[in-house]
Amino acid sequence: MKFVDEFRAPELISKAGEEIRRLADPNRHYRIMEVCGGHTHAIYRFGLKDLLPDNVELIHGPGCPVCVLPMGRIDDGLSLAAEPNFIFAAFGDMMRVPGTHGSPLEYKARGMDVRIVYSPADALKLARNNPEKHVMFFAIGFETTAPSTALTLIRAKAESLKNFSVFCNHIVITPALRAIIDAPDMVLDGFVGPGHVSTVIGCQPYLWIAEEAGKPVVVSGFEPLDILQSMVMLLRQLNAGEAKVENQYKRVVAWEGNRAALRAMEEVFELRSEFEWRGLGFIPQSAYKLRASYAQWDAEQRFTVPGVRVTDPKAAQCGEVLRGVLKPAQCRLFGRECTPEQPVGALMVSSEGSCAAHYNYGHLKPVTISSAAYRAAAH
Amino acid sequence: MCLAIPGKIIALDSLNASQALVDVVGVRRKVDLGLLQDAPPVPGDWVLIHVGFAMSKISEADAADQMRTLNMLGEVDAAMEEVRGYGLDYDIPDPSSRRWKQ
Ligand code: SF4
Repeated sequence: MKFVDEFRAPELISKAGEEIRRLADPNRHYRIMEVCGGHTHAIYRFGLKDLLPDNVELIHGPGCPVCVLPMGRIDDGLSLAAEPNFIFAAFGDMMRVPGTHGSPLEYKARGMDVRIVYSPADALKLARNNPEKHVMFFAIGFETTAPSTALTLIRAKAESLKNFSVFCNHIVITPALRAIIDAPDMVLDGFVGPGHVSTVIGCQPYLWIAEEAGKPVVVSGFEPLDILQSMVMLLRQLNAGEAKVENQYKRVVAWEGNRAALRAMEEVFELRSEFEWRGLGFIPQSAYKLRASYAQWDAEQRFTVPGVRVTDPKAAQCGEVLRGVLKPAQCRLFGRECTPEQPVGALMVSSEGSCAAHYNYGHLKPVTISSAAYRAAAH
Repeated sequence: MCLAIPGKIIALDSLNASQALVDVVGVRRKVDLGLLQDAPPVPGDWVLIHVGFAMSKISEADAADQMRTLNMLGEVDAAMEEVRGYGLDYDIPDPSSRRWKQ
């Protein structure tokens, strides 16, 4: 397999796998949540589960912003797309996400002006280039993406650009973790912390998980070796009865985060009192809205938005899967009513959702990494 | 969605301090440096890019690692599609123009 040669330090990966097996106490069961959808993708793609003993289980967290966005928000955003002289701009990831009356792409097919942008700065550019139209950027993402939206709004305000607004769905990762940790059926032992979110927020926002909830957190990179090293660090802490926040991804993540990015967010955003997460329900202070000083650029303040609420069918068990109580395949809808083509629940919506990842890689053999292959690759 | 793409700063915009010309595997686009204003990168530096904004400075070796990770994840095409899409109208900047400080 070609990819095996390209792994960084295959002999170290093999060693890390051995170290995990050595550290895993056979009398214990370890449940570790990887928070970030990027890690979920990497774990499936690299078949990292094959390297873990049976009593070390990985639970896939809520870190896919497309998945957790309630359908009502898509409906609300798209309700404005029908206004005259209106351009609805969003990232490509949003284009196929279903709303009640269709996805953004289907609205485009019906003649509405829906555009893909790859950067919020390009939505701003669309507004500059089309002064006779209003451009609304449908913003999604965690703290990785929110600073870019914030800086774009700062630029819009500095230019006094009148025909631009943001429909803000930016969400905050730690309140979602609090909702998971505070749930009565909580089963988790520790967390692989998100890599790119942490480049912005740093490591301090996770301290309460260690200090109050008594669970270790290791912020991790995305390569197989990074993820396995983070697992080693977590098992060492758990075996020693410790709970600390550690940073495995020091080469990219500074402990204090990116101050300029945090300042931009502080200038533009404030926390909503609560926000709905698909699969997790309403979570206090878990999302951003624009401050009153940016009301002119806030689509929700500037236009009338219907405030649609769409609840998932009762049979959908996304919440239990997100909290690690059920595995994706244990949901009663998995692979039958609910598939990536016809998603019923949140976690099937994007390829980074845990049910979609499980569905796709259950049918498709992942890049497996056996120690024999590593040894061969090392020579 | 959460792709971070490594790129090398080629030149800075003499007219707009927050714009840089960045090379990602041979594709050159304008990238916003506003989120790195506390320690602005200079030509030759490597950065991680997300939705058109440089998020952090990294070493050349880390840039190579990140590219390899994207490759292993099967995400290189998506990353390159994103980079090519920056700037909407494909206004590929001419690095030899005097506007760009190499
Ligand atoms: S299979 Fe569908 S409904 Fe069940 S948990 Fe997964 S996404 Fe939710």
